[in-house]
Amino acid sequence: MLTRTERRRGIGWGLLSLTGIALFVGVAIVALLSWDAGNAQSRLFTLYTWQILRFTLLQAVLSTLLSVVFALPVALALARRPSFPGRLWIIRLMALPMGLPVLIGALGLIGIWGRQGAMNSLLLKLGLEQPVSIYGLSGILLAHVFFNLPLAARLLLAALERLPAEYWLLSSSLGMKPFSVFRFIEWPAARRVIPGIAGLIFMLCATSFTLVLVLGGGPAATTLEVAIYQSLRFDFDPPRAIALSLLQIGMTALILIAISLFLVPDDSGITAGRATRRFDGRTVPAHLWDTLAILLATAFLVLPLASIVAAGVQANLWNLVTSPAFLRAAWTSFAIALSAGLLAVLTSLAIIAGRGAVADMKRPGGTARAFSLSLAGMSSLVLLVPPVVLGTGWFLMLRPFGDVARFASALVAIINMLMALPFVMRVLAPAVETHRKRTARLSASLGLSGFSRVWRIDLPVLAKPLLTALSFAMALSLGDLGAVALFGSSELTTLPWLVYSRLSSYRTNDADGLALILGVICLGLTMIGTAGQREIKRG
Amino acid sequence: MRRTVLSILAAAAALSLSAPAEAQEKTLTVYTYESFISDWGPGPKVKEAFEKTCACKLNFVGVADGVALLTRLKLEGPGTDADIALGLDTNLISEAKATGLFEPHGLDASAAKVPGNYSDDTFIPYDYGHFAVVYDTQAIKNPPKSLKELVEGDPAQKIAIEDPRTSTPGLGLLLWVKSVYGDKAPEAWAKLRKRVLTVTPGWSEAYGLFTKGEVPMVFSYTTSPAYHMVEEKIDRYQAASFSEGHYIQIEVAGMLKGTGDKDLAKQFLKFMVSPAFQDIIPTTNWMMPVAKTSAPLPDAFNKLVQPAKTFLMGSDEVARNRQAWIDQWLTAMSMN
Repeated sequence: MLTRTERRRGIGWGLLSLTGIALFVGVAIVALLSWDAGNAQSRLFTLYTWQILRFTLLQAVLSTLLSVVFALPVALALARRPSFPGRLWIIRLMALPMGLPVLIGALGLIGIWGRQGAMNSLLLKLGLEQPVSIYGLSGILLAHVFFNLPLAARLLLAALERLPAEYWLLSSSLGMKPFSVFRFIEWPAARRVIPGIAGLIFMLCATSFTLVLVLGGGPAATTLEVAIYQSLRFDFDPPRAIALSLLQIGMTALILIAISLFLVPDDSGITAGRATRRFDGRTVPAHLWDTLAILLATAFLVLPLASIVAAGVQANLWNLVTSPAFLRAAWTSFAIALSAGLLAVLTSLAIIAGRGAVADMKRPGGTARAFSLSLAGMSSLVLLVPPVVLGTGWFLMLRPFGDVARFASALVAIINMLMALPFVMRVLAPAVETHRKRTARLSASLGLSGFSRVWRIDLPVLAKPLLTALSFAMALSLGDLGAVALFGSSELTTLPWLVYSRLSSYRTNDADGLALILGVICLGLTMIGTAGQREIKRG
Repeated sequence: MRRTVLSILAAAAALSLSAPAEAQEKTLTVYTYESFISDWGPGPKVKEAFEKTCACKLNFVGVADGVALLTRLKLEGPGTDADIALGLDTNLISEAKATGLFEPHGLDASAAKVPGNYSDDTFIPYDYGHFAVVYDTQAIKNPPKSLKELVEGDPAQKIAIEDPRTSTPGLGLLLWVKSVYGDKAPEAWAKLRKRVLTVTPGWSEAYGLFTKGEVPMVFSYTTSPAYHMVEEKIDRYQAASFSEGHYIQIEVAGMLKGTGDKDLAKQFLKFMVSPAFQDIIPTTNWMMPVAKTSAPLPDAFNKLVQPAKTFLMGSDEVARNRQAWIDQWLTAMSMN
C-alpha cells in the first residue's frame, strides 16, 4: 500500500544502510587482510579449534533455550497483570543487566551464587555440606540466563502488549479457558517473535567472552571469540583472526537459518486502538502462579544487582562523582552512547523501510527478495563480527591520516551502533510492521503522507518503541568495553574503561562505586525508555 | 591492493583534514599502558618531574597493557608518533626487536639493577616485580611454601589464575612452572588444575575475585601486599614465599628509531633510572624500583617476600616456545 515514490524511497534507504554497513565491515577486513604481519602461522585450525567450536555451540544453545523457556512464563504473567505492584520498575530493572559491564554483572552474580555468596551461606546454614559451584558450564549458563532472560521477557512482553484489545474482549466473551487463551492468543503472538529473540540471544551467548572465561573455570570452557581476541591481541595474526571470525559467522548463520525455519508470518489484526484490558486470569491459582513467576524472576534479577549496590555504597561515591576523571568519562560515554543509539535507531528505520518496500511489492523479483533477505541477515549477523576485528582494521585504515585518537570516538560509536542494531531491530521492526499494517490503508485514503503522516499517525504510536529502542541501544553502548579497549588512550576514557582501570590498579572499592553509578545511569535511561508507556496509556 | 585502498582514502582524507599544527615546544611522546598514566599511577608525577628538567612537554599515550602497546607499535609501523615505548616486559622484548622499530640506546644503564642481572642494549628496565601467590591470611593458615606444595596441595583450597593467552601474569605462571618442572610441566598443570577455581582473562578479574573473598589465593606479585599495607593499612593479604624461587617480571622502556629528537629520548631514558623517577614507582606502580631512590622505601616494602632465587627465561626462548607451551597448557588444563 505504498505509493511508487514511497517504495522507491524505502528501497533507497535500505540500500544506503546496507552499503554503509557492508563498507564499514568490509574495509576493516580488507585492511586487516592486506596487512603483512610477517609472522602468519600456517595452522589456522587445530583440534583445539574444533573443541572450542563445539563448546561455543553447546553453551550458546543451552543458554538460549533456558533464557527463552524461563522468560515465557514471566512475560505472560507480566502481560496478564498490568497492575502488579512495582510492575513498571520490574520492567525497568530488566533492561539493567545489558547496560552493566559484563565483569560487574559477573561479580554481582558471584556475590549471590559464588562460593562465598549469599546462596551458599544459606545452604550451609540449612545444613548442606556441599555448596553449589557456579564455575563451569553451570556458571556460564546461569550468567547467560541472568543477562538474557530479562531481554527475552521484555521483548516477549512487548509482543503480547501489541495484541489488539479486541482479542481480550473476544476471548472473555467466548469464555475461553486459560489454556485456550494461551493456545489461541498468547502462544501465536509469542511464537512470532521467539525465533528472532532466540537468534539474538544465541548470537550474544556465542560471542560471549569475559563471562565464559571468568565463570568457565578453565580453558576447556572457551569460545571462538577468545581465540579471535588472542590471535589479534597477543599473536597479531590477522589471517587467523579473520578465518576464526568467518568460522564464527558461518556456524552462527547456519543456526540462525535453522531458527528462521520456525518463523511464521505476522498476522496482526486490525484494532480500533482502544486501551487493552485483560479479563482472564482472575482465579486464585492463576494469581498465585503469576505472582510466583514474577517474584522468582525479580529475585533472580535483583539479588545480584543488590550485591552490586551493597559493594558500591561502600565507596566514597561523592568523591567519585565529583572527580574530573569521572566527569570526563561520563561525558564521553554519554556522547558516544547517544550517537550510537540515534544512529542505531535511524539505521534500523532505514532497514525496516527497505524491507517494507520489498514486502509491499505485489510480485517481488529475485533481486528484491535477495535484497530484503540481505537486509535482514546483515542487521543481525553484524553482531558476530568481533569488535576487535573492526577496531584493528579501521585503525590500520585511518592510521596514515594522523592520530587515530581523533577518529576513535566516532569509530567506537559506529561499532557500538552495529552491536546495538540487532536489538533495536527486534524492538522496532515488529512495532513498525504492525503499525504499518494497521494504518497504511487509512493513511492512504486520508491522503496523509510524508511529514504529516509521520507526525500525526506514526509518532504517537511509535514513540514508545522508539524510546525503548533508543534506551536499549544507549544502555548497551554505555556498558561496552570491547570497542574502547582497542583505541583506549588518555583522550578516550569511557565509564566501563574507568571501572576496569581502577580494578587494574587495586582500586576495587572505586570500581564497585563506579559500577553502581553506571547502573544508576542505565536505570535512568530505561526510565526514559519506559516513560512513553504511561503517556500513551493516558492519551 | 592495500596501496590502492589507502591512496583512495588518502585523497579523501586530504580534502577533509587539515595538517596538525606544528608544536613550538619540543615534545616527547611516550606510549605506555593505561594504569601508568591514571590519576593515581606514576604518570602525572613523572610528567611534572621530567618537564622541570627538560624544557619540553611530555606527552603520554596509554593503551590497555604491555601487549596492546606492542601491537599498537606494530600497527603503526615506522610512522609511529611514539618516541619512547615504556611498559613492555622482558617476554615481549624479542618480538619487539623483531619489528625493527627500536634503536639501541647506547647509554650506560648500569644504574638499573635487577635480580638476575638483566641488561640489554635496546631496552632499559625501570621496575620489576616477582610473581607470587597472594593469599588471604583469614582463610589460609598454612600457605604453600613451594610451587610443589601449591601444585600438590589440598584441591579444596582454590586459586584464581590468569590465562596465558590473554595476560602477562598468566604467561608468567606458565613460564614459572616450566622453569621449575621442565618437561614435567604438563603433569604439574594436570595436578594444579584441581586447585584452580577459574582462569580469568586478565589480572584485574582474578584479583577482583580474590579481594571479594571468593577465592583465598590469587596469582599476583610479591609487591601486591604492599598496596594493602600502605594504602589500606591492612596486612590481611600476604604473598607466599616459594622455596624454589620466584619468576620475575621486568618492565622496560626503549627508544623508537623514528624519534625526532634522539637526545631528548635518551635524556628521558637516563631520567628513568634516576632517583627522581625511581622515587615515584614503588607507591604508584606498586613494583620494585631498579635503581637508588632518594629515601628508603616505606616500611611495608621491607616486609615483602624476598625471593632467594630468581627465574627468568631469555626472551628469544620464550618467543620460540610460547605457542607450543600454551598448547601443552591447554591440553593439560582441558583434560577431564
